[in-house]
Amino acid sequence: MREFAYHRPGDLQAAVALLADGESRPVSGGMTLLPTMKQRLAAPPALVDLSTIPGMAGVTVEGRTVTVGALSTHESVASSPEIVACIPALASLAGVIGDPAVRHRGTIGGSVANADPGADYPAAVLGLDATVVTDRREIGADDFFIGLFTTALAPDEIITAIRFPVPDAAGYAKFRSQASRFALVGVFVARFGPFVRVAVTGAAPCVFRQKDIEEVLARDFTPSALTRISIAPSGLNSDIHADSEYRAHLVMVMARRAVEQALGAPARP
Amino acid sequence: MKVELSINGRAVSADIPPSLLLSDFLRENCELTGTHVGCDTSQCGACVVHVDGVSMKSCTLLAVAMDGRSVTTIEGLAGTVGAELHPMQEAFHVNHGLQCGFCTPGMIMSAVDFAKRHPSPTEGEVRRWLEGNICRCTGYQNIVAAILAGTKAMHAPQGD
Ligand SMILES: Cc1cc2nc3c(=O)[nH]c(=O)nc-3n(C[C@H](O)[C@H](O)[C@H](O)COP(=O)(O)OP(=O)(O)OC[C@H]3O[C@@H](n4cnc5c(N)ncnc54)[C@H](O)[C@@H]3O)c2cc1C
Repeated sequence: MREFAYHRPGDLQAAVALLADGESRPVSGGMTLLPTMKQRLAAPPALVDLSTIPGMAGVTVEGRTVTVGALSTHESVASSPEIVACIPALASLAGVIGDPAVRHRGTIGGSVANADPGADYPAAVLGLDATVVTDRREIGADDFFIGLFTTALAPDEIITAIRFPVPDAAGYAKFRSQASRFALVGVFVARFGPFVRVAVTGAAPCVFRQKDIEEVLARDFTPSALTRISIAPSGLNSDIHADSEYRAHLVMVMARRAVEQALGAPARP
Repeated sequence: MKVELSINGRAVSADIPPSLLLSDFLRENCELTGTHVGCDTSQCGACVVHVDGVSMKSCTLLAVAMDGRSVTTIEGLAGTVGAELHPMQEAFHVNHGLQCGFCTPGMIMSAVDFAKRHPSPTEGEVRRWLEGNICRCTGYQNIVAAILAGTKAMHAPQGD
């Protein structure tokens, strides 16, 4: 790792000010940023540690909205009684990220800001039509994820919370890479009354909505409705773990499993 | 940069560069070489320690970020129960839960955190917990047996 300066600001405004050079990076759990710096794929001149900024962790429920502080660890989301009660698919998603030691330190804000093509949270944020709350504005999920590791965030912008609307039903199914535990393909399905959103992670450079699956499920929210359609492999990732045809196949299988889960089947561990 | 933290119950202060990883700080500066480093990708789990009682990968934590926190390593584990061996260490010994031993410190630190959260676990729960602890020799069979036995021992009623 290359040398860098380290700051631990006491509040959000101080943190934003320290990021003004556009090169310094915020660090939350460090479960992505530190491995990247160890590989020398990133060498920021300074790290701004957000992890001790007060008021940025924890879960609050108001009406049909669940707000998750950006510093909430994956483990705290997986085991939050409020999230388990309101959006169990979000809790079970958090519980299959990486491994326990990663879940004890990694945060939702860091994962969403990072927008890894194989990360799990982006599927929930897009599938649930969540709002990304930052130090300066609110960004809807459809406008947030832009491309490979690319989001709508400005270089000095800090996510403070993610606001999830509570769906009528939701499910998440993930086919893991055996080596990394990231999603080879993960599909998040959510139903809000007559509307259905389907978000796919792992399959392409960036999380995306699959509108034809959404339309079929809006008419008939059952796993069997999905046996009649397939998706095209063009534009999907091909690598040593899975080619694009296989990923296209996995999207449909994971979508069916996600619907099963939304209809009450237990999440697969 | 100055840090003050507790390591295995002892107050430690040091002046270290921000890039120093907790695993290197423990091994090089504190000469606590029981914490192992088996990969460079945060995957293998040989470096797992407890930070304020919670299992984390010390190879992916900055030592300066541990300011004010309490770290327990494999060397300090038995001291937390005032015995020569912690019940989980004893269970690994009795069940032959190791072969070369390289992954063992991380396995045991992970297992102790697991046992605190799962007083009566299933074998499946143990195996799922070990997703972040890689062993290249045992095939995990005896590690799983050791963790089940160690968990039982940790939750056994005290006294005869
Ligand atoms: C072995 C291993 C396995 C993993 N498996 C999975 C998996 O299966 N699924 C999965 O989804 N992830 C996985 N991860 C990644 C993990 O979930 C990370 O915790 C997460 O991606 C990043 O969160 P963090 O808090 O650690 O972020 P950091 O590493 O601290 O930061 C990540 C990026 O986000 C920026 N950032 C951090 N916080 C904020 C903020 N509040 N606002 C704006 N920008 C911010 C940083 O500058 C950096 O660019 C794995 C990681 C490891 C090491």
